[in-house]
Amino acid sequence: MYKVYHQIDNLSGSVVTLRADGVQYNELAEVTSRSGTSLAQVIKLDGPTVTLQVFAGARGVATDAKVRFLGRPMRVPFSDALLGRAFTGCAQPRDNGPALTDNLIDIGTPSVNPAKRVMPRNMVRTNIPMIDVFNSLVESQKLPIFAKAGEPYNDLLARIALQAEVDIIVLGGMGLKYDDYLKFRDTLDESGALARTVMFVHTASDPVVECMLVPDISLAVAEQFALQGKKVLVLLTDMTSFADALKEIAITMEQIPSNRGYPGDLYSQLAARYEKAVDFDDAGSITILAVTTMPGDDVTHPVPDNTGYITEGQFYLRNGRIEPFGSLSRLKQQVNKNTRDDHRTLMDSMIKLYASYKETLEKQSMGFRMSEWDKKLLKYGARFEREMMDLSVNIPLEKALDLGWQILSDCFEPGETGIPTKFTSKYWNAGR
Amino acid sequence: MTTGKIVGVNGNMITVAFDGAVAQNEVGYACLEDGDKKLRLMSEIVRIRGTVADMQVYESTNDLEIGDTVEFTGDLLTAELGPGLLRQIYDGLQNPLPELAAQCGHFLQRGTYLHALPRDVKWAFTPKAKPGDRLTAGETIGCVPEGIFEHRIMVPFSFQGIYTVKSVKPAGDYTVEEEIAVLTDADGNDRPVKLYQRWPVKLPITCFKERLMPTQTMVTRIRPIDTFFPVALGGTYCIPGPFGAGKTVLQQTTARYADVDIVISAACGERAGEVVETLKEFPVLKDPRTGRTLMDRTVIICNTSSMPVAAREASVYTAVTIAGYYRMMGLNVLLLADSTSRWAQALRELSGRLEEIPGEEAFPAYLESLIAGFYERAGLVRLKDGSVGSVTIGGTVSPAGGNFDEPVTQATLKVVGAFHGLSRARSDARRYPAIDPLESWSKYKSVIENERVERLRGILRNGNDVGQMMKVVGEEGTSLADFVTYLKGEFLDAVYLQQNAFSDIDAATSEDRQKVMFDLVEKAMLAEYVFDDKTAARKFFQGITQAYIDWNQTAQDAQDYETRRDDIAKKIEEASQNV
Repeated sequence: MYKVYHQIDNLSGSVVTLRADGVQYNELAEVTSRSGTSLAQVIKLDGPTVTLQVFAGARGVATDAKVRFLGRPMRVPFSDALLGRAFTGCAQPRDNGPALTDNLIDIGTPSVNPAKRVMPRNMVRTNIPMIDVFNSLVESQKLPIFAKAGEPYNDLLARIALQAEVDIIVLGGMGLKYDDYLKFRDTLDESGALARTVMFVHTASDPVVECMLVPDISLAVAEQFALQGKKVLVLLTDMTSFADALKEIAITMEQIPSNRGYPGDLYSQLAARYEKAVDFDDAGSITILAVTTMPGDDVTHPVPDNTGYITEGQFYLRNGRIEPFGSLSRLKQQVNKNTRDDHRTLMDSMIKLYASYKETLEKQSMGFRMSEWDKKLLKYGARFEREMMDLSVNIPLEKALDLGWQILSDCFEPGETGIPTKFTSKYWNAGR
Repeated sequence: MTTGKIVGVNGNMITVAFDGAVAQNEVGYACLEDGDKKLRLMSEIVRIRGTVADMQVYESTNDLEIGDTVEFTGDLLTAELGPGLLRQIYDGLQNPLPELAAQCGHFLQRGTYLHALPRDVKWAFTPKAKPGDRLTAGETIGCVPEGIFEHRIMVPFSFQGIYTVKSVKPAGDYTVEEEIAVLTDADGNDRPVKLYQRWPVKLPITCFKERLMPTQTMVTRIRPIDTFFPVALGGTYCIPGPFGAGKTVLQQTTARYADVDIVISAACGERAGEVVETLKEFPVLKDPRTGRTLMDRTVIICNTSSMPVAAREASVYTAVTIAGYYRMMGLNVLLLADSTSRWAQALRELSGRLEEIPGEEAFPAYLESLIAGFYERAGLVRLKDGSVGSVTIGGTVSPAGGNFDEPVTQATLKVVGAFHGLSRARSDARRYPAIDPLESWSKYKSVIENERVERLRGILRNGNDVGQMMKVVGEEGTSLADFVTYLKGEFLDAVYLQQNAFSDIDAATSEDRQKVMFDLVEKAMLAEYVFDDKTAARKFFQGITQAYIDWNQTAQDAQDYETRRDDIAKKIEEASQNV
C-alpha cells in the first residue's frame, strides 16, 4: 500500500518540495494534478522535507496535488520488442505502437569493473578517409563530434551509423528539432536499419527533465543488449542540451554554480554516461558517438571542455569537414598498427605537411612572396582538402592510403616530407 | 560504538545525527536494507556541527532514507600495508578489482569491501631482529621476498616511543594475519606485530631519520624531460595540458621506462580505457632493468571517472601512502597521478554540497593547502638504518579550456620542482611529446651540463622569435643569418625534442645515447654555415633532419648506427667548412 500526500510546500521550476516520511533517495513518485499525471524523482532528503524533480515540469501542479511514492527507482522496459520503436525521454511510446511494461530494468546502474574490460581492438570502418586514415574509430570508443550549431552533424552521425557494422543502434535524442527526429527515422528506415534501431527522443518542446533521462535510458538499454553479446552503437545528440538541462535543475536547486552557471559536478555527470562505453571480455560492446554543439564555436566552453577530458578523442566538424587539427582518436594506436605498415607514418606526415600549408596560407594572405617550398605546399594543401577532407569522399582505407601517397608523390620530393626512407622507397608513387 | 541516524541525503552527502563522540575524518558505515540484503556503505565525516555530522559517502546513496542507521568505526580511513601490494589493481578504497570482479561480475557492486592483501598467501619470513633489540617505528624486524625486492617487515609506523623485542618467530612461511613478533613498550605492555600494518592514508609517514635534498636525476628516457626539463629522484613535477595534448601517453611512457624501483599509477577520475591498457600491457611487457614484467614493479590505483566521486579523493591518498611505505624500505618509488584536477573537482563537488563559501571557480578556499600537502609527501629521505629511499610525484593537471591561469594549475605550480607544460599548438602540429620547450622549466639537474642545455635553448628561443617575426615581415624580410637561426631551432625541435612514443626504438633513449645525440645536435646547432640563399639553407637542414630521424630509428647495437651518425657529422662539417 502506498501512502498518498496532498500538501506541496514549495514549487519552483520543475522542482517541488513536500513533507513525507519513509522516502528513499532517488525513488520515483507520481504527481497527479489537474494538468495530468507525471513521474517525479526524489533528488534531496532533508529531515522530513523531500525534494522532487517532476519529469513533465511543475507547470500547472497545484499545492494540493496528489503525490504517491512508488518505492522504486526509474526503470525502463527491455526486450527485443524495443527494436524499430521510438520512445520519449521517460520511455513512453512516441510512435503509435503499444506501451511496453515487461522486464523493467534499472537505469543509471553502477559502472563496469575496469578489470572486466578488454583492450579495444576492432576498428570500425566508416569509409570516410578523415576518420579511417587519420582518426580511426574503434569499437567501444566514446567519441564526440564537436560542432557549432548549423553544421551537418546529424547527417554525419546518420552516415556513420549506416556504414558501421554493428548489431544494434540506439539513438538518444536530446533537444532535437522534431524535423531532425523525422529525418533520422526516415534515413534509418530507407536503408533498412530501422529494424535494428531503438530511439529515445526528447524533442525541443518536451519537458526539460525528460532530456536528462535520455542518456541513462539509452545506455541502460544498450548495456543489456551488449550483455547479450551484441555490438551496440549508441548515438547521442546533442549532449550540450543534456548539460543545459543539468544546469537548469542545479540553478533551480540553488546549487553554487562553478563555471558559466554549470554545476560543479558536470564532469562527473558527463563521465558517468560516457564511461558506459565498454568492450566486455565475455560479451558484446558499446560504442558511443555523441554530438556536442559548441556555443559560439568555443571549445573552452565548459561542456565541450569537460567532454574532451572524458572521451577518447573528438572530431571537430567545421565548414562541413572534419578538421585535421584537434580531431583525435585516442584509440587509433590500438588498431592502425594492424592495418598497413605505412598507415601511421603517412597519417602523421600528411598532417604535419598540412599544418605547414596552413602557415603558408597565412603568409600568402599577408601578401608575402611565395618560395618554391611554399608553392609546393599550396599545391599539396589544395589537393589534400579536395581529395581527402571532403566528407563526400567514400573510399575504403587501403584506397585512401594509396591516394595519400599519390598526392605526396605529385607534390614533393621524398626527402622533403620527413618520412623515414624505408617507407618512401616502398610506397613513393604507389598510387600510380 | 557510536551510532547515528540519517537526517538528510543530498547527492553523495549524508547528514547524520549522532550520539557519543566522533572524530573529524572518522569512517562510518551507512546501513541500508535492500530487500533481504543488508548493505553497509562506507562514509567519512567531513564536518561536525553540534550533534550533526556531514559525511561523504564513498558509494551511490540511492535508496537511503531518513532514519537509517550509521555505525561509526572510531578509525580514520586506513590502507593495509604489507607484502602483496605489488602487481595489485585497487580501487580508491584499496579493494582489489580482479577479486571484486570474480565476486560481483561485470559491474562494481556497492557495499562490497574486500581485503587489500591476500589472506591465504604464505610469505617466506626471515627475522632480522632478535629478542632484546630496542627498536622504534619504521625499523626492521625481518623481511620477506616480494618479487625482486626484499620487503621489510617494520615496526608499525603508528608505534610511538621505543620498543623492546620480546619474541620473533623463526624463519618460515607465514600469512599476513599471523603474528610474527611481540614488542614491549616502555610501560611493559606487549603488542603483537603481523606481516602487515594499517596506516591512515591522509597522514604522511614520517618515521625516517631526515629528509635530503633531491639531486640525482630520475632518467625517464624521454629526451625533452631528461635533457631539458629533468626530474630528480624524490622531486615533484606536474604536467598541465589541454585534452588531447598527450598527458596520458606521456605518463604511460614514463611508467614504462623511468629508472625507479616501483611505480604507483593512480588513475584518478580518468578514463577506464586507459587503465585497461596498463592493466593488459604491463603483465606482458619486459622491464628492461630486471628482465621481469613491468607489472612486477607496479601498483595500480584506479578510481575512474564513473566510479563514486568521494572515493576519487581517497584514491590519491591511498596511492601516496603505498608509495611512502615502499620508500621506508630504501626503494625509489615513482607516483604518477592522473589527474589531480579530477581530485580537485571532487573537492569542489563536496564543498558545494557543504554550502561552503566558494573560492575562485567555485573551488574551495583550502584547495591550495591540500595540493601543497599532497606534493610535500614526495621527497628523498635517509632511513634510520642509513639507507636512502625516495618518492617522486608526477601529477597531471587538466585545466579547464587549457588555460594555465586556473586555480588548480596555479596552486600546483607553486609547490612542484618541474613544470612540463603541454601546448595545444604543438599537439595540433603533431609535435609530440607536446612539452612546450619555451614555457616549461625545471629546478633539477639534467643529464647534460646545464650551460650546454641553456645555450641550445637560447638558440631555440631566438629561432622562435625569428619565426614569429617572419609571420609579420615574411621570409624575404628576414636576413639569411636570422633564417638559419630559425632553421636551427626547427632542427632541434624535430630531431631531439620530438620523440615517437609508438616507435620501438625512438620511444626510449637511454642516458648515454642522449649524451651522444646531444653532442651531435650541439655540433649542428653551434656550427656556422654559409649558404647561397634561403632555399639552399632549407634544403641542407631538411637533409640532416631526415638523416637524423633515420638515425633515431636505428638501434644502438645495429650495424649502421655508427655510420649514420658519422654521415650526419660529415654533412655538418662540409656545410660549415667554407666559413
